[in-house]
Amino acid sequence: MLLLTDYLILGAILFCISIAGIFLNRKNVIILLMCIELMLLAVNINFIAFSHFLNDIAGQVFVFFILTVAAAEAAIGLAILVVLFRNRSTINVEELDTMKG
Amino acid sequence: MGFEKIIFYFFAAILVVSALRVITVRNTVHAALFLVLAFFTTAALWLMLEAEFLAMTLVLVYVGAVMVLFLFVVMMLDIDVSVLRAGFTRYLPVGATVAVVVIIEMSYFLLGGFDNSKFTPVKHGVEYSNTRAIGNVLYTDYLFVFEIAAVILLLAIVAAISLTLRKRKDTRYQTPGNQVKVRKSDRIRIVKDMDTES
Repeated sequence: MLLLTDYLILGAILFCISIAGIFLNRKNVIILLMCIELMLLAVNINFIAFSHFLNDIAGQVFVFFILTVAAAEAAIGLAILVVLFRNRSTINVEELDTMKG
Repeated sequence: MGFEKIIFYFFAAILVVSALRVITVRNTVHAALFLVLAFFTTAALWLMLEAEFLAMTLVLVYVGAVMVLFLFVVMMLDIDVSVLRAGFTRYLPVGATVAVVVIIEMSYFLLGGFDNSKFTPVKHGVEYSNTRAIGNVLYTDYLFVFEIAAVILLLAIVAAISLTLRKRKDTRYQTPGNQVKVRKSDRIRIVKDMDTES
């Protein structure tokens, strides 16, 4: 019999892996975007696990909307990345200091 | 240990290993492919949680569309990986420390005082349709949110196209209106040749 804890710990491990990925690959924007996708995946696992164990369909509706927003975010992020590479010929985060932030 | 648990741990192990490979692998194309593997195993886990519709959506939308977009961009850009991975070993201790601390905190809470007895899933029969259940609430209770999601997708289309569209000066193209409008007198001039007539 699987418990809710199993799924929640799996989601937590996945979330922490993606946090570590953001630390490790802080120069590569593409890997950073992939880490954000992994984070959203971990959150979605939690939502669906709660939806199943509480017998409430609302969790799955939320996952539906998260998937929508994540797809839009990935499309716009990659479009920005393409424009960035066209103008600067690099995707290294450390060289993107035009705005002196 | 029941069959269900064995399946769960099998897929969970694949998911964790592929997620680790996503963040550690050297080649960005391989990272994208490992992310595809992670999405597939997550879809299998969601099938175990009786979320069939979202499992299929994950495979279709994420693996079919988003990850293909990622692969397309990765392969289109000419990236020097060695420069981008310069600080990898330097940031490894701090990244691993933060991740391990967070996972220990979460596990301490989840394995310590968490009461699993409140959360018992209801077994559905064969006639239960997950898609129908989602549709029933999606088009009634969440109708406005659903429409906002549609607007967000439209926004993504417009933003992505307007960001990447560019007019090229040196492109040759036809204007059909001008082609239709042209008359015989604009193009040809009839010349009488005296030599051939004589």
